[in-house]
Amino acid sequence: MGGFGKLFRTTAFKLSVFYFVVFTATIFLTLGYVAWNAQRLVYNQMISTIDAEITGLAEQFERGGTRRLLAAVNRRSRTPGASLYLITTRDGRAIAGNVEALPLALLEHVGQHHIQYERVNDDRPARIHRAVVRIYHLPGGSRLLVGRDIEEQQRLREVIWRAFGWSLLLIGVLGGLGGWIVSKRMLKRVEDMTATAQGIMAGDLDGRLGVAGTGDELDRLALNLNAMLDRIGELMAGMRQVSDNIAHDLKTPLTRLRNRADEALRRASGPDELRAALEAAIEESDNLIRVFNALLMIARLEAGNASELMADCDAGEVVAGVAELYEAVAEEARIPLRVSIGPDLHVNGSRELLGQALANLIDNAIKYGASPQDRGNEGIVVNAEARAGRILISVADRGSGIAEVDRERVLGRFVRLENSRTRPGFGLGLSLVAAVARLHGGSLRLEDNEPGLSAVLDLPQSGAVPASARPPSPNRA
Amino acid sequence: MKILIIEDDREAAAYLAKGLREVGHVVDHAADGLDGYGMAEAGEYDVLVVDRMLPKLDGLSLIRALREQGVATPVLILSALGQVDDRVKGLRAGGDDYLPKPYAFSELLARIEVLARRRGPGAEAEATRYHVGDLELDRLSRRVMRAGVEIELQPREFRLLEYLMKHAGQVVTRTMLLENVWDYHFDPQTNVIDVHVSRLRAKIDRGQDIPLIHTIRGAGYMLRDSGRSA
Repeated sequence: MGGFGKLFRTTAFKLSVFYFVVFTATIFLTLGYVAWNAQRLVYNQMISTIDAEITGLAEQFERGGTRRLLAAVNRRSRTPGASLYLITTRDGRAIAGNVEALPLALLEHVGQHHIQYERVNDDRPARIHRAVVRIYHLPGGSRLLVGRDIEEQQRLREVIWRAFGWSLLLIGVLGGLGGWIVSKRMLKRVEDMTATAQGIMAGDLDGRLGVAGTGDELDRLALNLNAMLDRIGELMAGMRQVSDNIAHDLKTPLTRLRNRADEALRRASGPDELRAALEAAIEESDNLIRVFNALLMIARLEAGNASELMADCDAGEVVAGVAELYEAVAEEARIPLRVSIGPDLHVNGSRELLGQALANLIDNAIKYGASPQDRGNEGIVVNAEARAGRILISVADRGSGIAEVDRERVLGRFVRLENSRTRPGFGLGLSLVAAVARLHGGSLRLEDNEPGLSAVLDLPQSGAVPASARPPSPNRA
Repeated sequence: MKILIIEDDREAAAYLAKGLREVGHVVDHAADGLDGYGMAEAGEYDVLVVDRMLPKLDGLSLIRALREQGVATPVLILSALGQVDDRVKGLRAGGDDYLPKPYAFSELLARIEVLARRRGPGAEAEATRYHVGDLELDRLSRRVMRAGVEIELQPREFRLLEYLMKHAGQVVTRTMLLENVWDYHFDPQTNVIDVHVSRLRAKIDRGQDIPLIHTIRGAGYMLRDSGRSA
């Protein structure tokens, strides 16, 4: 019962039932219309036949009076498939014709009537028939009845009704069977899908929905769901990668922290040493907190919705401010920092986030961008300009740069290139910059400064693109 | 100074209260928003330290309610969220300062003292001149004199010194300087502030017998006339 219950509840089965009802109604209406028309046609034909007969008989009567009429009626009565004729005297006695005497009362009424009668002359036992007749009173008092049997018309109706019945049965059987097969097939595919989905939920993340290859709607659904599952799989892999990295990268400073505390406990000979060890431990944990903050911030930015932070903001002011903030650091590192800022640098964005992004880029340039032989010559060039609806902020250094193969990779979280491993940092700076750029509807490009690295923040000029994570579009609204 | 801590994490509150009492403050503690509101309503505290996420009445609603009641006690918001938009929301609700968790105690203490001072006597009208020892800063003419000799400062150096002098005798952390002098709240990655302070120090203290800009280990900086006060 469960299986059948499920079958009855399928959409396919319900559709079959619906179509069955619609087809039945259609056939009923069509056949009804045909029957009605056919009957009307047959009936009208009968009436005109009767009219013709009467015209003929009237002619005979005019030519030869009652006798000729009687002869004509007798003759006609005998022809097979003849119409109905009856002539009676005024008191109702039959004189000629092929109809048994009818109640006298009927014959008194001139005009058209539907009657029941018995046929005479045939060898077959008399049977009640139905007929349409016309009655005339002839001059001299006798009555004339001319009519047609309408039994055929009745049979026609019966045939049509029977046809209707049979077609109903046929539709019922075929429709039911078809519905059952289709529902069963659908049910099976849906159940296969359900089973796969349950498997996936249970942990088999590699499971994919079956595709029948017919290109129907279920196939399209399955293909789309499979594509979705692939995407989720990629994201899951990415997440796993990130969390592995996080675990690994946080483990290193945590271990260092633990070891220092341990060593201080074992070795420290006086309060000063203990104090130094504690201070180092605090510094180490502050670093960890900074890593967490950066990670949280990237996650927040990548979640995409920060429209509250967005306002009209002068990127030129941000560049000037941050460059000024770092200029002192660059000078201390003996790297010249040159800044040029063009006009019209308004973006819809967050001053705070853009400042952070720029700070990361300049900080990177100071940390990694100085090559010993070049030191003091060209240094770092920060340039901000508006070009064709975009705002381009570049931070270019003359350091060793980033090899082309690494440029995409280095934007990922916790990615640290070999030559930077020895220097402080966690490999989150550029990820954060890229996330900020995306949030502003722009991008971060790493280019070759020949030699050195040029990091370009490409942002939409104010009014070009609303402040949501959206791929950069070159046109300006 | 009388401080009310409204924080549901008892351990965090105890750590905070202990630290504040050690430096001589009177500390009360409320463990949920409603209690906190009841205690703060009378307005007899100098500073409120309010956690954002509190049972019964959340921190921002509490601050909003206090401000509607006309309670102007300075509020320092503590939050585990610590993102840029959370800071904006916190300040918009009527908070005076915002500190993301986890925080360094020295940072918190420095901020509390600055907040309390803001309310204290002499804070109503901002002075146009600051004096610390033989250092003098005129905010209107934007001139700085040390022992009668004018010192040339860049605009940003001037603002840095102005902030230090305004809070003379108080610890000012690096983050506070970044926030108040540069108006940025992000993590600057490097010791940018130290570099700026040491440049300023070179201009102010070089060649002088008594240094005025002092580095407070593990906390930040303080400008004070070491000849006079400790």
